[in-house]
Amino acid sequence: MGEKHLLEKRRAVLSILLMAPAAVLIGVFYLYPMIMTVYYAFTNLTLTGAQATDTQFVGFRNFLNLFRDPKFPLIMKNTIVFLVFSGIIGQQVFAFILASLMKKRNVHIRRFTGFMVVLGWVTPEIIAAYMFSAYFNDKGTLNSILRFFGIHRVSWMFTYPMLSVIIANIWKGTAYSMLMFQAALDGISDEIVESAKIDGANGWQILSKITLPMIKGTTATTFIMVTLGTLGAFGMIYAFTGGGPSNKTTTLSVYMYTQAFGAFQVGYGTAIALILLLIGAVLSGLYLKAIKANQD
Amino acid sequence: MSFQSKRKFTAFWVYFFLLLIGIMFFLPTLWLILSSFNATANMSIKWPKPWTIENFVYIIQKDGMLQGFGNSLIIAASVTAIADAVSILASYPLSRFKTKWGSNVSLALLFLTALPSSAMMISTYKLLINFHMIDSLLGVILLMSAGTTPYSIWMMKNFMDTVSVDLEEAAWIDGASRGQSVIHVLIPLMLPGFFTTTTYNFIGAWGNFYIPFIMLSDADKFPASVNIYRLYGMHGEVIYGQVAAYSILYIVPIFILYYFSQNYMSQGFNMGGASKG
Repeated sequence: MGEKHLLEKRRAVLSILLMAPAAVLIGVFYLYPMIMTVYYAFTNLTLTGAQATDTQFVGFRNFLNLFRDPKFPLIMKNTIVFLVFSGIIGQQVFAFILASLMKKRNVHIRRFTGFMVVLGWVTPEIIAAYMFSAYFNDKGTLNSILRFFGIHRVSWMFTYPMLSVIIANIWKGTAYSMLMFQAALDGISDEIVESAKIDGANGWQILSKITLPMIKGTTATTFIMVTLGTLGAFGMIYAFTGGGPSNKTTTLSVYMYTQAFGAFQVGYGTAIALILLLIGAVLSGLYLKAIKANQD
Repeated sequence: MSFQSKRKFTAFWVYFFLLLIGIMFFLPTLWLILSSFNATANMSIKWPKPWTIENFVYIIQKDGMLQGFGNSLIIAASVTAIADAVSILASYPLSRFKTKWGSNVSLALLFLTALPSSAMMISTYKLLINFHMIDSLLGVILLMSAGTTPYSIWMMKNFMDTVSVDLEEAAWIDGASRGQSVIHVLIPLMLPGFFTTTTYNFIGAWGNFYIPFIMLSDADKFPASVNIYRLYGMHGEVIYGQVAAYSILYIVPIFILYYFSQNYMSQGFNMGGASKG
């Protein structure tokens, strides 16, 4: 029993004490509901009425119903399209391009564009949804601009509902990725880039051999935060289109809500929730693996 | 083209592109601003004739509208206070006692942060019913705090990592206790990180729509976000100018908060706080 052992023991006690409040909060209001989601997905849960106290196990019935649901393929497709175009291509790639272009440019333009992009981030999603339904309205701002250029009015919300939702979400989400990339790019010293240039490296080589490897950590973090944030996006889509017209913008999150709270199919809703969680857990796990590989 | 003029040519297009993006990002907001000062606003973008503050005056007199801001403030301030407090405590051992166990906890937190929390909306609803906290601000506050805390701990821990332990150790040699060194050395040095996390938590809670939307049913408890949904989503005639005015009032406080903390925020991001894996 050395002094080192005693120190370790004291540290362990202190750690537990300091982490207890967070652990209780997260445990009760985050982990427990997560575990219950797994359980409820196999029951005929209802939230009110007689059945609420008499929840029965129904096996895979909710999942069988879900896979037989004629809307399910469309909803999966919508979720993936929304995720890829709004989360990955829209927010990430676009934010990276913006951050790279802003690097070492005139401070005024950097400030102007940066400020406008951040506007989307601080704006609450409900206002964003409201603003964009005006923006894409038949008589809205976008059609006024198009008319100025002599282009005929387009019924955006009816003809391209998914595109409208994707654009609205890019507007809302780009700032976060942009700020992260800006911070990471600022951390790359000019000397490295300059000396690579002297050695004859071209723009593409600098990007692929220097810039991207150096911001690997940020890219991984941003990627997972944004992708999974987009997977779970609910308020923006629900308030903007309600999932319509004719389910064209219904993603898994929106469908879960309408089934559980609109159609009172609560068990069915949790089955959808579980699928969302599983997709999230797989993506998140892949990401952690990538981070661990980086650390070693 | 010579190297010099090629460089100028590229710079021109870069500036043009950045300017265009800035304007495009501003356009949706322009409608909101113009409509809020226009008594006869509709979905089209129009210059107000005449400019008026009528919308602002009417909307704050409407039932429950001012109360909405009060509720938003109660929710956001409580969530921020709770999340800040529990995460600064929890991040200390994670940052200072480097153990294999601690780094696994950090990764687990990140894993939690990344999960789509909206997937839990049904089971959290059920949970609040069981706790008799459904339709209460306390339930909403606790749910939001729990959702915010994992990322908040993770940010705080990374910011704490950037403050060298040597400085704390120097204070211990001078006779300070661990607690004193935290308050007098660590916290002042990680203030930018602390403000970044606080702003982040506050903006998130202030703007949150779906938790109060699902968990509350009594109009007296609705925060501003749910009020906007109801003003806009309810059947019947929407008075666009008034909803726009209410929205402007709802954005302004967080805009001011962001404005004053943006230097801290960019310092915070630069400290590598959020950018580390």
